[in-house]
Amino acid sequence: MKCEDVSKELIPYLDRRASSADRHEVEEHLAACADCRTRAEELRTLWSVLDEVPIVEPSLGFDARMRARIAEEPQARWYRWFVPQPRLAMAMALLLAVSVWITRLPQDNSGLAGTAQNEQQQFQVIKNLDVLENYDVLSKFDALDEVPADEQATPADQPNDQQKQQDDGT
Amino acid sequence: MLDVKAGDDASFDLLLQKYRTPLVNFLYRMVRDTATAEDLAQEVFLRVYRARKQYSPSAKFTTWLFRIATNLALNSMRDNRHHQKDVSIDAPTSPDEDAAPMQLPAPEMRIDEHMIERDRAEFIRGVIAALPEKQRVAVLLHKYEEMDYGEIARILDCSESALKSLLFRAYETLRVQLAPLVSASARRAGKEAQHEM
Repeated sequence: MKCEDVSKELIPYLDRRASSADRHEVEEHLAACADCRTRAEELRTLWSVLDEVPIVEPSLGFDARMRARIAEEPQARWYRWFVPQPRLAMAMALLLAVSVWITRLPQDNSGLAGTAQNEQQQFQVIKNLDVLENYDVLSKFDALDEVPADEQATPADQPNDQQKQQDDGT
Repeated sequence: MLDVKAGDDASFDLLLQKYRTPLVNFLYRMVRDTATAEDLAQEVFLRVYRARKQYSPSAKFTTWLFRIATNLALNSMRDNRHHQKDVSIDAPTSPDEDAAPMQLPAPEMRIDEHMIERDRAEFIRGVIAALPEKQRVAVLLHKYEEMDYGEIARILDCSESALKSLLFRAYETLRVQLAPLVSASARRAGKEAQHEM
């Protein structure tokens, strides 16, 4: 054991709280090291010097003052449980005010009406879906064949009566 | 403490009687002012009383008690240090000048002997008070309260190994600072040993 290692175990050795293994190692080192031996002796003497500090007694009124302060402390009573706490009461009042405010807000139904209309349109598409999916109906759908070829090339948004006037003119 | 927790006020009186002197002494050695030490001791007991319902016997009562005392003392010292900076012109030159407790001399002691002894005690207290905060708490709990290493380590929130190093450094500082008293005491002990032989 080196001097630095002994330093950590020296206090437990001197106050007799070191384990037997540590005590044995420190004793071995002290037997071989004069400096550490001197230091250990001086620390023992230091402790007796520290014992010279007298004990201070608390003043005579210490206990009375303490009891008075304890008496001032609020006592826990069984009925306190039923007394509403200020923070809880405040939180409940706030919650009630917010819920009343929410229920009194003006309700906007336009959005709901629009939604119902959309649903009806979607229902119509779904209703005709089996017709569109039926290949036989689509293959026999020869109404487009009656339309002239150049007319078929015109944009779909051109009005039909304008086309008829053009035909009559030619 | 478990009886106090159950609402037995007589048990709190027993706690008060058992721990008031060690607590006041510990706090006096920390703050070096009797009035402040007593105020802080009362505050410690008051906090124990207020927290009695939450007390769990997982740790020793003394660990809990001295941990509260240590925190309060350190806070008070820090506050006082700031305060002293503000009013340093009128402050006494030594913190213990006006605050030293009255200690009656032993009847068999002459007044000059008493003064010498009182000066020695004040000198020793002053050297302990000059230690860094953590070292001071460690020395006071180890030397004067005779607490075990585990308990002191829990109060200071450090490992036992760190505490042993801390104590060694603290005692080394005290050995150097109190060297005149230590060598005088060693000489006196040597002479007494020679007389006995």
